[in-house]
Amino acid sequence: MNFANLFRIALKALSNNKFRGFLTMLGIIIGVGSVITMLAIGQGSKKSIQAEISEMGSNMIMVSPGAERRGGVRMSRDDVQTLKVKDFEDIRDNCKYVTLASPTVNASGQAVYGANNTPTSVYGVTQDYLDIRGYKVKDGDVFSDQDIHTSAKVCVVGQTVVDVLFPNGEEPVGKVIRFGSIPFRIVGVLESKGTNTMGQDQDDLMFVPYTTVMKRIQAVTYLQGITCSAISEEYTDQAIEEIGEILRENHKLKEGAEDDFNIRSQQELSSMMTSTSDMMSTLLAAVAAISLIVGGIGIMNIMYVSVTERTKEIGLRMSIGAKGRDILSQFLIEATLLSVAGGVIGVILGIVAAYVVKVLLSYPISISTGSIILSFVVCTVIGIFFGWYPARKASNLDPIEALRYE
Amino acid sequence: MDKEVIKLEDIKRDFKVGSEVVHALRGVSFSIMEGEFVTIMGSSGSGKSTLLNTLGCLDTPTSGEYYLDGVAVRTMNKDQRATLRNRKIGFVFQNYNLLAKTTAIENVELPLLYNPKYSKKERYDMSVEALKAVGLGDRLEHKSNQMSGGQMQRVAIARALVNNPAVILADEATGNLDTRTSFEVLVLFQKLHSEGRTIIFVTHNPEIAMYSTRTITLKDGRVISDEYNGKVLDAAEALAALPVEKE
Repeated sequence: MNFANLFRIALKALSNNKFRGFLTMLGIIIGVGSVITMLAIGQGSKKSIQAEISEMGSNMIMVSPGAERRGGVRMSRDDVQTLKVKDFEDIRDNCKYVTLASPTVNASGQAVYGANNTPTSVYGVTQDYLDIRGYKVKDGDVFSDQDIHTSAKVCVVGQTVVDVLFPNGEEPVGKVIRFGSIPFRIVGVLESKGTNTMGQDQDDLMFVPYTTVMKRIQAVTYLQGITCSAISEEYTDQAIEEIGEILRENHKLKEGAEDDFNIRSQQELSSMMTSTSDMMSTLLAAVAAISLIVGGIGIMNIMYVSVTERTKEIGLRMSIGAKGRDILSQFLIEATLLSVAGGVIGVILGIVAAYVVKVLLSYPISISTGSIILSFVVCTVIGIFFGWYPARKASNLDPIEALRYE
Repeated sequence: MDKEVIKLEDIKRDFKVGSEVVHALRGVSFSIMEGEFVTIMGSSGSGKSTLLNTLGCLDTPTSGEYYLDGVAVRTMNKDQRATLRNRKIGFVFQNYNLLAKTTAIENVELPLLYNPKYSKKERYDMSVEALKAVGLGDRLEHKSNQMSGGQMQRVAIARALVNNPAVILADEATGNLDTRTSFEVLVLFQKLHSEGRTIIFVTHNPEIAMYSTRTITLKDGRVISDEYNGKVLDAAEALAALPVEKE
């Protein structure tokens, strides 16, 4: 008996009971549909986080001070003073896996222009920082090396600050604003970057030379951090290792002593941030998978009833020459057809539902071909797995008994 | 036409019912030549159902030998017997056993579907031919629930004919039909017989025996008589003699 004939027989048997077939498929339809939708939502949020992070530079490495004890007391990160300007200079000049590096010294306070003022943050950095973080200057220019050297009172401001301080659309470049009590001349305005995934406004800031923050605002000799970028994403690990060696040497740490700094790469940050959404999608997928199994049991149930109901038909088929395995194949194909057809409808419904979620709730969604292929494979497996027992029962019927069955 | 289509040699069939052994067949031997129309008679409990199942290769005897068209059946396994049924036997049942919601042609095609030898076109052509042979050439696409009992039985006979079997086994094939339709079916069987087909008709109705060429009677698992019918009645005449029903 060839497969095409069996397929035709199974199809015919299913079409005789369309409504029941549809009800049976419903379990699978709902199961597959929810798997597709859940994965689309989970993948979507993960992807949007990843996109955001890679926009910030996927090869970014952040060095921060840390793990210092004074008399047994572990210090707060803000009080740790281990990172110095020399560390930054050595990383910039001696690390061959690092292309760009910038120290960071931050301060927050009130920016004032005329009658307007706004609370904002000042980032003391070098010009490289803008490249590392992907900021672009819209009007004017970045401050110069000379400005850094002389701790000049110049700044590059973000759009949010401009909007508040210059509500009437005045040209901000060249104007002098105050930060605390110190006047800063605006040399450039940043292109807007909007908010990041965590809801932080990335335009509410001012960039000034790091020397200016250290000497004129904070009056400190240490750095809050060093931000670097590796040559490319693949070399991040080497770059981290190199930076670590330089810092340990500079800080004269003995072999076996704990690092007094932390180095984190954007990749780590990315995996940290996506781990939550990963867990969510795993949970959602697990719930959906359970509904798929319930759907499978539904198929098994119906196939079982169908075998009993069609005992006579099975007897007839056997009497005219169907072998046990022909009957087995027929019922397996029926079960698999049901579950795969349910899968197809489920995939379509799942995609539609995902788009509805996208439109109505404006969630980011991403439908992967992987999840669609997986659904089909799972459906086939479910059909065969749950169809097996009833099909086996059908094929083991005694034709004499089956023919006599009423 | 001296070919032995069926040869039974001391067939015994025992069933275990609980702790008791029931001897359904206690040594049955006979041969049926090609082209015979044999009626197997017997009351219920005589073993005729068991004999039918054995002849139909649905069951294997406990002992004895059964040759169907020269092939020893007793030692065959289930799959081999299934294939043998598909190629050599045509069943006609009392309650037709047509597939529901299925057209006449699809029902007739069924045995051919289990034989990979035939292409789609061959299946169709052979089924049409079989349906024409039973006088249903104009009802190919009628579904089984749109037909009368006589028509359904004729579809079933077409299904039994379609694979060109060595023997047609009819199990009380007229049992569910009224007198007129029964005769119509008998006419059909006689026509098939005259075309050279071997037919075995199992029944408890002694009237049927008058239209066949040979009658084997069973009682308590043994053959008690095996007679050739010297004067075979013509079913067509009997049909014509029936009072015409008023519509």
